[in-house]
Amino acid sequence: MEDNVVLTARGITMFFPGVKALEDVNFTLRKGEIHALMGENGAGKSTLIKCLTGINDFDAGEIHIDGIEGPVKNHSTRDAQNVGISTVYQEVNLCPNLSVAENLFIGREPMTKFHTIDRKSYNKRSQAIMDELGISVDVTLNLENYSLAIQQMVAIARAVDMDCKVLILDEPTSSLDDEEVEKLFVLMRRLRDKGVGIIFVTHFLEQVYEVCDRITVLRDGHFVGEYSVEELPRVKLVAAMMGKDLDDLAEIKKEGAATASNNPIEIRARGLSHTGTVKPFDLDIHKGEVVGIAGLLGSGRSELARAIYGADKANTGSLEVDGKEVKINQPIDAMNLGMGMLPDDRKAEGIIADLSVRENIILALQARQGMFKPLSRAKQEELADEYIKLLQIKTSSKETLIKQLSGGNQQKVILARWLATNPDFLILDEPTRGIDIGTKSEIQKLIVKLAGEGKSILFISSEISEMLRTCSRMAIMRDGEKVGELDKDLTQENVMKAIAGGENNNEA
Amino acid sequence: MKPNLSWKKIKGWSLFLPVVALLLVMMVNIVYDAVNGNNPLSFFVITLQQTTSNGTILYGRIIDILNRGSEAAILAIGMTLVVSSSAGTDISVGSVMSLCASFCCMLLAGYGVSSTTTLAVPLIVGVLGGLLMGAVCGMFNGTLVAYFRIQPMVATLILFSAARAIGLLLCNDLIVYVRNPSYAAFGAFMGIFPTPFVITAICVAITMVILKKSALGMYIQSVGINDKASRIAGLNSKRIIFLTYVICGLFAGIAGIVNSSRITSADSNNIGLYLEMDAILAVALGGNSLGGGKFNLAGSIIGAYTIQAITTTLYALGVSAAQAPVFKAVIVILIVAIQSEPVRNFFKKQSAAKHVKGVA
Repeated sequence: MEDNVVLTARGITMFFPGVKALEDVNFTLRKGEIHALMGENGAGKSTLIKCLTGINDFDAGEIHIDGIEGPVKNHSTRDAQNVGISTVYQEVNLCPNLSVAENLFIGREPMTKFHTIDRKSYNKRSQAIMDELGISVDVTLNLENYSLAIQQMVAIARAVDMDCKVLILDEPTSSLDDEEVEKLFVLMRRLRDKGVGIIFVTHFLEQVYEVCDRITVLRDGHFVGEYSVEELPRVKLVAAMMGKDLDDLAEIKKEGAATASNNPIEIRARGLSHTGTVKPFDLDIHKGEVVGIAGLLGSGRSELARAIYGADKANTGSLEVDGKEVKINQPIDAMNLGMGMLPDDRKAEGIIADLSVRENIILALQARQGMFKPLSRAKQEELADEYIKLLQIKTSSKETLIKQLSGGNQQKVILARWLATNPDFLILDEPTRGIDIGTKSEIQKLIVKLAGEGKSILFISSEISEMLRTCSRMAIMRDGEKVGELDKDLTQENVMKAIAGGENNNEA
Repeated sequence: MKPNLSWKKIKGWSLFLPVVALLLVMMVNIVYDAVNGNNPLSFFVITLQQTTSNGTILYGRIIDILNRGSEAAILAIGMTLVVSSSAGTDISVGSVMSLCASFCCMLLAGYGVSSTTTLAVPLIVGVLGGLLMGAVCGMFNGTLVAYFRIQPMVATLILFSAARAIGLLLCNDLIVYVRNPSYAAFGAFMGIFPTPFVITAICVAITMVILKKSALGMYIQSVGINDKASRIAGLNSKRIIFLTYVICGLFAGIAGIVNSSRITSADSNNIGLYLEMDAILAVALGGNSLGGGKFNLAGSIIGAYTIQAITTTLYALGVSAAQAPVFKAVIVILIVAIQSEPVRNFFKKQSAAKHVKGVA
């Protein structure tokens, strides 16, 4: 082990039932550095953190920690703390109704010789710790009197005082405002200078460039690389996270995407927002147009679509459909206006696992018809047969439970569900995820064909290339905000640049 | 090979286990009767009997089970739907039965009257009042569960403890007797059949027709399996959950009136006592998952009568009423264990192993 290395993880591999969550992941943390762990949602960041902290039992690989002989395998967070790994999560895991000092020493209270808690000593010691870290608080007051940022700092102070060599901060800034974030960074830098190795997980790119020294990128459970901040400007970081090597990218030609910007407007959103997920945005979608939404996972691209569809009821703004002002309180309202939405989380929001393929296909159409106008069994079977054939859904029969189908075929069933309602405006959120290449291009062709029939489509995908092939315009999302639109020069490079944004930070 | 195939089909039948459970209980009767030198089939014997009060009626152990099991069967209909849509149970149905009975009798006798032979209001007003009370209780539960997102067990705990007391309040702390033949009819015999059974049959039939002729059945299951996905697909998940609680309350009202009619009174403290547990058990015995989702109404009904069959069998075996629950518990454990996943998997593995051996 190098002198200044405090933690190394080599070849970490971990299986969840049926999936490889991590495969051969390496991670090295040095003393006195802030090391960003980056990746899209589902890239394996949390899984890796949990392997380090003993929550997950990884299947292969070794973890070495400075000062300890041989590989370390933690089986609980307590084990991890004993070897010097502490974690502070996004939600503060402290007791708001106890004093700051009590929170600092909970579970390891200093005792008097009569085996009672030595209050005097721990208040004094607590104050000393807080002063040393430059956090100005009265340690005898209850924690709930302080802001979330201070609470988070108390949690960090507690971790640091337990002799941690490795401090893991898992999305600590997501519920803090800018000023609080700045305070937290001051504390992080101070700890770095004291020699603590800090692993910082965040999805705010600019924060990485503000405090971090190094970046490790994961993608789909694989180790992509470890970089110093200087050698990885934002655009390259985004490329690494999304799996596109910018240097190798060939220009992709559009396959006759319709230029429908002269058609009448189907959807006109003005100042639409949903508190906490997507900031107010404007968006026009013309009839027969395919509009893409580009952005990293978690950038608010799904949330934008959900606000239009009423899956998350919009808090502000107005929406016009086909020139008429409308109010959408819930999905059925949107459906009655001719909308449909294929959600990105197929398992949680798409399939009705224990119902048959037939029932899953007719569900939305039936819902729009109303409870007391059931589709006849013959009609249901006709629809099911039609779409199984059209989309080439591989199922042993239309009465097979949808949960027995493969992911890609489940997706096709959900797509069939919406096609059966013959919508004017269709939102497709990651329609090709987990689908094989052949079917992917089928679905892309279908999208272009639907647009040719005059339907409007909002297309969200992590694969920029497939949006380039189908979309005539793209909205760019970053940190819950629509930051712009691209309608000319739609190239992979331009889109990625727009997603990364803030080019002036490149040299940071 | 051929009989094997059909055996597989039978085993795949959704009502296979509930029916097996019921047959098991019947077997116990046959064996007991045979051992004691009685006619082994005396359990199944149904005769016509002349009675002073009801005229000629059907008589026999099976008829008794069909008669006495009615209230639990009626409750089981509503409970099945509630379990399916909300993955929770309505534990207030027994108390709501009592409240509905009290309200119905109070209307029929007049407030503060403890015993009457003449009706203060037409019978239909009292009955509809009782049913309405059930529906209102259902709305209360449904609102808490669907709109306030309170756990079903906690939400229905409120009426579980309060409904009986409200009933007593309505009856001015009295046991109200309505000794009028028209009221007693619901708990007596209709021609040769027990009226409670006829009412149950009508309730089941109406529910099945509604489930078949509307999309309600699919809606309830869809919401129960995945309420988020159902909402995205245009279902009003909350309203559907609410509706199942209203239906459940309504059936509790029907069961309450039937039970009260049997004793021609509103005995607030005893009507429907512990019956919510029988209803829940009936749903479980019927092969329904209490985790919600897919349901099997016929299974629940069979489950309800299986519970009554166990009780009747125990009485026939000479077990005293005080000790019957112990034996009932043992039998229920057995039945539930047979249907449990580990045991089913065990049998599946066994038969698979046998199959492999056969091939080799």
